[in-house]
Amino acid sequence: MSGHSLYQPQSPFMKWMERRLPIAGLIHSSFVVYPTPRNLNYWWTFGGILTFMLGVQIITGIVLAMHYTPHVDYAFNSVEHIMRDVNYGWLLRYLHANGAAMFFLAAYVHMFRGMYYGSYKEPREVLWILGVILLLLIIATGFMGYVLPWGQMSFWAATVITNLFSAIPLVGEPIVSWLWGGYAVGNPTLNRFYSLHYLLPFVIAGVVVLHIWALHVAGQNNPTGVEPRRDTDTVPFTPYATIKDSFLMIVFCILFAWFVFYMPNYLGHADNYIPANPAVTPTHIVPEWYYLPFYAILRAIPNKLMGVVALGASIVILAFLPWLDTSKVRSARYRPLYRQFFWVFVVVCVGLGWLGSKPAEGGYVIAARILTLYYFAHFLIVLPLLGLFEKTKPLPNSITESVLHGDVPLGASAPPPVKT
Amino acid sequence: MTTMSSAGHTRRDFLYVATGAVAATGAAATLIPLIAQMNPDASTIAAGAPIEVDLGPIAEGQVIKVFWRGKPIFINHRTKKQIEEAQNVNLASLPDPQPDSARVKEGHAQWQVLIGICTHLGCIPIAHQGTYDGYFCPCHGSVYDTSGRIRSGPAPLNLLLPPYEFVSDTRIQIG
Ligand code: HEM
Ligand code: FES
Repeated sequence: MSGHSLYQPQSPFMKWMERRLPIAGLIHSSFVVYPTPRNLNYWWTFGGILTFMLGVQIITGIVLAMHYTPHVDYAFNSVEHIMRDVNYGWLLRYLHANGAAMFFLAAYVHMFRGMYYGSYKEPREVLWILGVILLLLIIATGFMGYVLPWGQMSFWAATVITNLFSAIPLVGEPIVSWLWGGYAVGNPTLNRFYSLHYLLPFVIAGVVVLHIWALHVAGQNNPTGVEPRRDTDTVPFTPYATIKDSFLMIVFCILFAWFVFYMPNYLGHADNYIPANPAVTPTHIVPEWYYLPFYAILRAIPNKLMGVVALGASIVILAFLPWLDTSKVRSARYRPLYRQFFWVFVVVCVGLGWLGSKPAEGGYVIAARILTLYYFAHFLIVLPLLGLFEKTKPLPNSITESVLHGDVPLGASAPPPVKT
Repeated sequence: MTTMSSAGHTRRDFLYVATGAVAATGAAATLIPLIAQMNPDASTIAAGAPIEVDLGPIAEGQVIKVFWRGKPIFINHRTKKQIEEAQNVNLASLPDPQPDSARVKEGHAQWQVLIGICTHLGCIPIAHQGTYDGYFCPCHGSVYDTSGRIRSGPAPLNLLLPPYEFVSDTRIQIG
């Protein structure tokens, strides 16, 4: 899609540069003239928001790291020191802690968008799988970050999550001890988590580059799921996508700021303001909200090994989505049945999240079992069968036709991208 | 490569393969220190030496917690009733069948020493709670009896026993 650079350097310096490192040309072809479907809606702005949030986490994280001490005796106090003594430390930490939550919010919206519009289908399978890898990486990064303040929730989250590996037959115990660097979660564990928490965001940034590269090879999907065919189907990235992305980013930042300034601890747990105590488990341990659906799946299954397997499978199964969905039609707009199943699936995911926050007893467990079953059935039964039996609606001939409702195109409302 | 004939292997092919094999072995060998550094270090292992505990002050019905290797060890001075309950259980009904006698030292049935870590995902169960007056894990609801055997919930195994022995009637050494 991104054709050869059309960038014409103006100044003598840029001309000199372009012949040596054509970075301006790369940016120009990828983010200025890059053709984007003219019908993209706001659900397409979350990729940009995610990139922005990664930047926020890296910048606030690097400054937090200047004041944080990764040692079991000092970590908790150093975070309190950030909150009370460091200039604007409270702001930086609240931005980082709530930023993680906003990151996940954007990631989930971004993924549901992909599911609704069939963005994982041919030729975007690799793009989608890179997205699943990114999800796994942010899950790991967020988890290790949460351990750093070394409060009660930090400590017990570290204990419970590392113990997931003890379910592996035979090698489970040695692996857990290797992860801990000891006989229990302790100082070596905190140190290595800190090292990895610093590293992984940069790995994420690298995978994001691959993700965007794959995107620019396959081109963006769009709400019709019909590939652009003519010039009137697309508009240049700048100003159209740039402005749309910026607008929603500002709206998103308002939500972010609302949490940071008015309810900075709403998403957290009071127990994490109690220093880690290896002798007492808090009576009700729950992960952060963004892990709750997976946590509910883990707890729904009464067998330890199978619970861990189901937890892992609930994420890994996403990578197989391009092949589990057998329908040739991408967008749910033209798939009346899939559209309903999609919303049922969203409700099931939210329901699992709610159940994950409840104690694992009685009716909650039964409900979690039913929803877990449905979660997997959606991928393994509903999607494969729908593709075979669903009667889809006729697709528009082109994006332009769908936008102008079959009228004779009056000429695009935007200048068509310049031809190479 | 400049090899002319595809038939037959030349000396050069052999050298290529041999060089590659040595390089691969070397690369694999460098993984050993990179992986091994994460295992418990010498100071951690040294700090895991055995400890002695005086049982004298523990009243009947009391459970105390000591730490060995960063793990909480429960020492339960069981009452007559608790011992009887632990012994009179239909073993076939247990998820991880084990008689109470195999979980205490002979002649010391009132002393029960356990690693107080839930065998599900590692939380610390609360003593004197749950249906069997044993232990209850708050994390995902595993219930253990007065012998520390799993009775219900997601934990697969009974609470583990630490290695320990009686050095006198009222002292034990753990480790
Ligand atoms: C993908 C990006 C990232 C995510 C999702 C993330 C997530 C988190 C979370 C959830 C916490 C716990 C916050 C709390 O409850 O206090 C945390 C803490 C921390 N993070 Fe990050 N983080 C990211 C990137 C970074 C980077 C790049 C650095 C450093 C270079 C960093 C340094 C820290 C430090 C020093 C803490 C401990 C201070 C504190 O608890 O506020 N983070 N992170
Ligand atoms: S850790 Fe005890 S029930 Fe899960």
